[in-house]
Amino acid sequence: MKYVDEFRDPEKAKALIAEINALKTQIPQLASRPLQLMEFCGGHTHTIFRYGIEPMLPDWIELIHGPGCPVCVLPMGRVDDCVALAERPDVIFTTFGDAMRVPGSKKSLLQAKADGADIRMVYSPLDALALAHKNPDRQIIFFALGFETTMPSTALTVLQAAAQGVQNFSLFCNHITTVPTIKAILDSPDMQIDGFLAPGHVSMVVGEQPFHFITEHYAKPLVIAGFEPLDILQSIWMLVKQIASRRCLVENQYARIVPPAGNMPALNAIEKVFTIREFFEWRGLGSIDHSGVKMRENYADYDAEIKFNLPNLKIADPKSCQCGEVLKGVIRPWECKVFGTQCQPETPMGALMVSTEGACAAYYNFGDLDELLQKRETLSV
Amino acid sequence: MNDSAKLKLRQRSGKCHAETITMAHGSGGKAMRDLIDDVFVSAFDNHELNKLEDQACFDLSTLNALGHRLALTTDSYVVDPLFFPGGDIGKLAITGTVNDLAVGGAQPLYLTCGMIIEEGLPVDTLRTIAASMRQTADLAGVKIVTGDTKVVPRGAADKLFINTAGIGVIPTGINIAANRAQVGDVIVINGYIGDHGAAIVDARGDMALQNSIETDCQPLNSLIAAMLKVCPDIHCMRDATRGGIATVLNEFAHSSQVGIRLKETALPIRDEVRGMCEILGLDPLYLANEGKVVAIIPAQAAEQVLNVMRAHPDGRHSAIIAEVTEKPVARVIMATLFGGERVVDMLVGEQLPRIC
Repeated sequence: MKYVDEFRDPEKAKALIAEINALKTQIPQLASRPLQLMEFCGGHTHTIFRYGIEPMLPDWIELIHGPGCPVCVLPMGRVDDCVALAERPDVIFTTFGDAMRVPGSKKSLLQAKADGADIRMVYSPLDALALAHKNPDRQIIFFALGFETTMPSTALTVLQAAAQGVQNFSLFCNHITTVPTIKAILDSPDMQIDGFLAPGHVSMVVGEQPFHFITEHYAKPLVIAGFEPLDILQSIWMLVKQIASRRCLVENQYARIVPPAGNMPALNAIEKVFTIREFFEWRGLGSIDHSGVKMRENYADYDAEIKFNLPNLKIADPKSCQCGEVLKGVIRPWECKVFGTQCQPETPMGALMVSTEGACAAYYNFGDLDELLQKRETLSV
Repeated sequence: MNDSAKLKLRQRSGKCHAETITMAHGSGGKAMRDLIDDVFVSAFDNHELNKLEDQACFDLSTLNALGHRLALTTDSYVVDPLFFPGGDIGKLAITGTVNDLAVGGAQPLYLTCGMIIEEGLPVDTLRTIAASMRQTADLAGVKIVTGDTKVVPRGAADKLFINTAGIGVIPTGINIAANRAQVGDVIVINGYIGDHGAAIVDARGDMALQNSIETDCQPLNSLIAAMLKVCPDIHCMRDATRGGIATVLNEFAHSSQVGIRLKETALPIRDEVRGMCEILGLDPLYLANEGKVVAIIPAQAAEQVLNVMRAHPDGRHSAIIAEVTEKPVARVIMATLFGGERVVDMLVGEQLPRIC
């Protein structure tokens, strides 16, 4: 398939692996510990597992799978709010499919649907707006979530709804931001990450500039990476090359999609509709300052948090979950005490087991479970 | 049927003049009798059914002559929408049950047909589906010999659900079972994977995608008979329906306590299906098929079986996709086209609802 197969060429992969291997002798740190590189984005994690990239890499490179799966990091209290909204008889609650299974403190949206709530899967916020036109006597709520990648489409939908004067459409806004979260990880004392693969599609919107603090203040090299397997390998190679040559820059591997200055119309739409929250709660990471957005006051009519009465309760993560440590690279997913036993994709306890983009779910689905559990046994002895 | 028998049937037959199904059509009275006569019996039309007894009866000696074991299976069909590119629920209800018999090595013979109809369904829709069932039954060489009709109130079912059960006879010397895979065996499939699942997604129209993918829904008994002729010792065989080939391969690996090594580059997948999976984030390994057989055969028979399959109209794109290994036990490993390796596990949750 054109424009796809070119980015999955096994011969080019071999050549890149050889190039990466050749850099080993130039990295003194390897005498004491392997390089830890974090791919922030869940889309990257998915590609890494889907194509079996991890076992192709030399053992001195460890990939740390970051918190960039917006479905995974949704806290239980917010899911409870969704269920409460969806269970109102006047409401049609619309959501992306992968948010359906995220557990709340009592039930997931999937369970709420089975119990009779009118919950519909959509592929775009515009589908939700179309439902509002079709069902003038019902309130249509769109469950808006995602990083800067999905923010523009929700913002544009709100702008369109406002221009059309639609009264029965609103957002339950759970959009989150990338940069404060990376900063929170960098500030954590047990962090050992040596470099970052930055999210390609977030960068397509925000551009390169917001990542400069990582190289300048934290002295960690960063490469903006695409989502095909060769994109990932090439980005790893670029990152290792920076480390080997003691450089520390923001580099853009995904230049075919990411303009250095980002996408101005998209950024304008975001700016018009959303404003930064003081803090936002993340599953596994706790509260992070400025890590979420809410709707501006002049769009209050379209803000489900204002329009409807929400329980808005904070629910603590289950104590046995070690999602936070996995997210920071302190432990590997399979080292968590409940991985693969109490916490499985069918009955996820922790955030990272919820979506196929979550690090734990990826290990569970694409790894050898028995072997991983055995490895954990050996560690605890 | 000869002319005098046809005449008798016509004299006895009622006519259904209603345009839509009402609760009266399930009441056991004249409306139901007219519906059964006019829509089902006239379409299925065979000696055993036309007697209209509460059961169909067969001669044991005829069955005995075909083999030494009977195979019995049942399946219910709830696909939404009822009509989709390349097929409909009626065609599916015949092929699904025929294929479940055929993959056990049985020659499928007789089917039952249970209809659960939601009130309000247009009678013409039922006629079209019954005609499609007959056509598919003829293609597979089976007869629908007994049936049942129920009507439920609006909302108690969605348009139409069909259950079919079937019996067939397994010839002497055939012993196909999921626990018979042996190290060194090879695994064949009769063509492109994922067409049915992709066609259903397309037909539902909620993805606003346009393509030309048709279901692969087809009876497999003729192809399987040809395969068994050149290799009676097929070890394992299943049709890869819901859960796709990933599920079938995992079932084989578990039952036989062997490893299976799948080659991504060997998988036959249409570009249209690949493209749709790329856009929607689906994995073709888990997409449903309704006309694909996955068989584990001794390596020495591989070439001959593959040749026979490719020469058959239902197996032109057949390929060897995997081999049976000693380790890892009960695991399916895929060598990815990128040069990496990953585990292919059973599907967790659902990829797509109500595809068959």
